[in-house]
Amino acid sequence: MKVEDFAERQLEIDGWPVHLISYRIGELFHCKADNVSPGAGLARTTGATREEAEQKAIARAKELLGRTRRVEI
Amino acid sequence: MAEYAHPEALVSTDWVARHAQDSNVRVVEVDVDTNAYKEGHVPGAIGWNWTTQLSDTVRRDILNKHQIEKLLSDSGISNDTTVILYGDNNNWFAAWAFWEMKMYGHKDVRMMNGGRKKWLSEGREVSTDVPQPAAATYHATGPDNSLRAFLDQVQAALSARSHHMVDVRSPQEFSGEILAPPGLPETCQRGGHVPHARNVPWGKAVNEDGTFKSLDDLKALYGGEGVDGSKPVIAYCRIGERSSHTWFVLKYLLGYDRVVNYDGSWTEWGNLVGAPVERGASAAKTA
Repeated sequence: MKVEDFAERQLEIDGWPVHLISYRIGELFHCKADNVSPGAGLARTTGATREEAEQKAIARAKELLGRTRRVEI
Repeated sequence: MAEYAHPEALVSTDWVARHAQDSNVRVVEVDVDTNAYKEGHVPGAIGWNWTTQLSDTVRRDILNKHQIEKLLSDSGISNDTTVILYGDNNNWFAAWAFWEMKMYGHKDVRMMNGGRKKWLSEGREVSTDVPQPAAATYHATGPDNSLRAFLDQVQAALSARSHHMVDVRSPQEFSGEILAPPGLPETCQRGGHVPHARNVPWGKAVNEDGTFKSLDDLKALYGGEGVDGSKPVIAYCRIGERSSHTWFVLKYLLGYDRVVNYDGSWTEWGNLVGAPVERGASAAKTA
């Protein structure tokens, strides 16, 4: 199988930049979200469409990012 | 790639597409989230899980000699196999595997430039088949601890100001504003950085497609922070995987001889009682 329809984009979730890559392998779309800086993976999801895979990844990323606390320096 | 100090340590995705099935080549995808491997990988690649296969699962440490011999033997890797490593997160964990294999003396190990993301973005072939290689015999040497820094060495280096200390985490982790990468669990009690460390986030060493920047760009990047190879270098991050990536850049692309990875990293330092910690952004570089 070949990887098809590869795309990437960046958005902001609760003030944190998030990078999404998505692509299709066979019938299934895959999406991976990372936190841009430093680029650690937050979510890896699948869906029948790109939108479905992305929405799942965004929801999971939002859940994780909501736990991140900032310390006053 | 020819311009780097050790161009033989890198291969392109094109090279892998042509040679992945060669009899003396073993391609390995190294991930912390091995669902990446499961969804599709370079055809013929085996998968290693950083958490369970490249680290001791009881104490916090790299594999011991017996453990790595078993992993490599079970993976069909012998001492003369050409091992190609790649992975998710821009090769962070592949770089760890590279560092660990070098500690145990493997001669021909290389990284696929750009890692998993580049392979995917190029629309290449992937497979979900999991190869079952015939077991080989592997004899490790070492470990070569000249590639690794332990806590007491970092403390001594700090006291003597004998090393360049490179913190490769994000600016927000470095400053102490956050205690872990956004969305990840906090693994330390205190935020900040080792005093006098320079902050050169790992990602500054790569282009947008994940491939390494040119030799001139890398020299300018690290040289601009005073890290020019004139002193030994200690690289650290949070758990040692991002700093493996920078260790690879400094040692194999720039050719600095004396570079060590402090894999204890901030998870160790940021939990020590009484350890000196600096907070805030990098101060302007002084000579």
